[in-house]
Amino acid sequence: MCRLFALTSKEPVSPMEAIKALDVMKEGHDGSGVGIMLRDLGGPFEEMKDAPILSGIFTEDGIRRLDLFMMDQGFMTKYKVSIKVPKTNTSGIPRRGLYLIRAYEYPESWDGLDKGEVERRLMMTRLKIREMGEEKRDMIVFSFWPDTIMLKELGDPMDVGHYLGLDRKDLKARVIMAQGRQNTNYAIDLYACHPFFIKGFTTMTNGENTAFIPIRDFLSSRDYPGYTGYHSDSEVFAHILHYTMEGLGLGLDTYKHVMTPLQDKTLEKHPDAPFLKHLKQSCRQLIIDGPNCVIGTLPDNTLFMAQDRKKLRPGVVGGRPGMFAFSSEICGLDAVIPDRDKSRDIQPMHLDTAIVSPDRQEVKICRQTEPLALPL
Amino acid sequence: MSANRTISPSTLSLKDLPWQIDWKKDRCTLCGQCTAVCPVQAIELGVFRKRNLVTSIHRVEDNQTSFETFYGIRQKTTIPEACIGCAMCAMVCPNDAIEPTPSTGTPRFRFHQDQDGEPRKRGGRRNTTESLLDQIKFIRISMLTDPALDAGRHEFEMRSLLGRVLPPEENMRRLRTHGWIPPVREIYPLIIGGMSFGALSPTMWEGLQMGVAYLNEELGMPVRISTGEGGCPPRLLRSRFLKYVILQIASGYFGWDEIIHAIPHMKEDPCAIEIKYGQGAKPGDGGLLMWHKVNKLIAAIRGVPQGISLPSPPTHQTQYSIEESVAKMIQSMSMAWGFRVPVYPKISASSTSLAVLNNLTRNDFASGLAIDGEDGGTGAAYSVSMDHMGHPIASCIRDNYLNLVKIGKQNEIPIFAGGGIGKNGNIAANAAALIMLGASGVQIGKYVMQAAAGCIGTEKERCNVCNLGICPKGITSQDPRLYRRLDPEAVAQRVVDLFVSFDMELKKIVAPLGRSTSLPIGMSDALGINDYAAAERLKIKYVV
Repeated sequence: MCRLFALTSKEPVSPMEAIKALDVMKEGHDGSGVGIMLRDLGGPFEEMKDAPILSGIFTEDGIRRLDLFMMDQGFMTKYKVSIKVPKTNTSGIPRRGLYLIRAYEYPESWDGLDKGEVERRLMMTRLKIREMGEEKRDMIVFSFWPDTIMLKELGDPMDVGHYLGLDRKDLKARVIMAQGRQNTNYAIDLYACHPFFIKGFTTMTNGENTAFIPIRDFLSSRDYPGYTGYHSDSEVFAHILHYTMEGLGLGLDTYKHVMTPLQDKTLEKHPDAPFLKHLKQSCRQLIIDGPNCVIGTLPDNTLFMAQDRKKLRPGVVGGRPGMFAFSSEICGLDAVIPDRDKSRDIQPMHLDTAIVSPDRQEVKICRQTEPLALPL
Repeated sequence: MSANRTISPSTLSLKDLPWQIDWKKDRCTLCGQCTAVCPVQAIELGVFRKRNLVTSIHRVEDNQTSFETFYGIRQKTTIPEACIGCAMCAMVCPNDAIEPTPSTGTPRFRFHQDQDGEPRKRGGRRNTTESLLDQIKFIRISMLTDPALDAGRHEFEMRSLLGRVLPPEENMRRLRTHGWIPPVREIYPLIIGGMSFGALSPTMWEGLQMGVAYLNEELGMPVRISTGEGGCPPRLLRSRFLKYVILQIASGYFGWDEIIHAIPHMKEDPCAIEIKYGQGAKPGDGGLLMWHKVNKLIAAIRGVPQGISLPSPPTHQTQYSIEESVAKMIQSMSMAWGFRVPVYPKISASSTSLAVLNNLTRNDFASGLAIDGEDGGTGAAYSVSMDHMGHPIASCIRDNYLNLVKIGKQNEIPIFAGGGIGKNGNIAANAAALIMLGASGVQIGKYVMQAAAGCIGTEKERCNVCNLGICPKGITSQDPRLYRRLDPEAVAQRVVDLFVSFDMELKKIVAPLGRSTSLPIGMSDALGINDYAAAERLKIKYVV
């Protein structure tokens, strides 16, 4: 069972805060991987909120090919964070090439494109780099998106944190997601490490998605190039989120209705029953199963946690106005926000989506039996 | 027959028959019940003359001979009176003095069942007990990484959809714009497939309908039943129970005059309309109700004269092409009920099924596709059709499902599988395997007759005389003396037993796979088989 930790803070904080939380939840992960996603960045990236940032790992050949490719596309490097790893090996962490965090200027030819087209092109660029990297095994790309950094590596989270120097001053963010991985049924592959990212939507999961194959088949057949990968059965959670909100134009309150719809008897009593019935039927192939606690962020930096239909995984939300954290265990929460009112901690149950909006003032519980804010 | 007389080519001995009656003289009370109950008059009271010789060790003159007569059971050897192995004699015998035993060799009888040039016809299904579905195992058991669920305690929603499901984007758009959204029924994934009023006896039909009504109204299980091609009793058409019924129309259009006229009086819409283009037991051939069974009631419901055989044509005679069949007929039937009722075709599994499916995907009114495999049962068909024609169901369903996945319509057109499900009794395992291969549900017919009414027909040449109207259990007979044997209330009870126990078995399969919130359609990672070629063909895991 993996461990998850996410926080949203008014003031930018170091990713080591999240690593600290994973470290106290050490029993739950085996050092087979850690993934970190940073958004709403502080430090030097504060000044370049719109610039797409490429996150990934590249060999020397890979970086050369990347530079050629990006220049060819018209991207100019705007800013980069150089991660220098220690010369001595750290146990459990493989030696790799360069950990890249690089912000780019958009190509001039993109000027005047509408937001949707820019976003589509960013995704296609990421997919192209990934494809090139898989061909020669010299590039791994995690995200290519404005105001977003993503790092993944094998090893104990605290060791990886020190190894990559994540405590540096210029690396701070207001939204952080981190997962300590417990390797289960898939070979260790960095593309199988959470969090998963698509066009500003990010999710990470503690669980096992037993309905993975039909969901993967459904997403893969949507004729949408971003729905690919699937080294992990949890990647579909990010794609279902994107499909629900961007594909269908629905709100976050419907995400859980897509993944874990109400049973018919309860559904019939829901104020939006006709809509939900159609949603359940037409998205039937996206219904998840098995134990899953999903934590995710939206493009507007809303943070949320949703549980599976039977609430088979732990998850707790707590904090104070200005700073809230989502954690697999309460000890993780205690490590990062010890000075909160613990009596107000919430453990979302089987119908709940816990949401902290970008103003970071409160935890809102969206219960599936409540009316929806439909865009109809 | 005397040894020095000529014999005809079809003169058979007892040993040539598929079943031999084993009669025990010392136990027989000569009550005559066995001869009375035998549906084919294979046995009769026999008077046997026996000569007793007493030889002397002294003089030849002391040898004695005497004759005695005794009474017993004699088995006939004529073709129409050959024992069918139904064992009704054994069932009624008060002293266990009689039973049929299967012939150990290849019965020569088989070569003589074409008297007067008429090939053998029979009921039942393909005469083989082999089943690929039985070989499929469920191998993805949840262990530690995700907890196996509890079939007895957790909540499960094992429901399927029958109807054209719109792609999510289009569904949302039509909701917003108040456009037409095709009707979709939420049904239980185990459907009682088409067995007509006529093929089945009135008591059997009534029992099935009562069982289905009970399952729906008392147990909340949305079980549906297809009428088969024989119309529907007028009272049912005008009752609220019609919503549990799938009305079937096939190439003979039997009973549809009555149905069309009843439309204005219907209190409820039927669940769906099934247009039968083919069935697994006799692919490329039409339905067949033999004259023995066309009595006054059947004739009235079907709108035909009494006492004539009713062979439906192999194709719908009004249609010359797939465009006609798919576009026109589906649209016409949809229109008849104001586009409120799903309409779908049922075809025999065939290497051409994909072509039908591809055509359906382009028709907005097509609500699904039922595919009946080679092991489907029937009340009457030519033996050659049953035994040698058709396509296995597993690969056909898989091909069709994967084709839908390829074009992204796997949730839009549900595929229902039929034919041989539970032929060896493993109904839940067979159904679950087909669902995980891509079926949205399964249709059963023969299994219902066996489980709910005690049909004794087997794939080893036992009974299989459904076509003749002499069903010894009264399941497929129109003779009141026979169908009175079947208590409709008891059939209804068994239908309920069957579905309730199936439901628990289905849960016992999906719970360890970690599935409960939706029917695991297309969950092929759960399946394995110990046949490499089959694994490759079905794109499932090869396990040994």
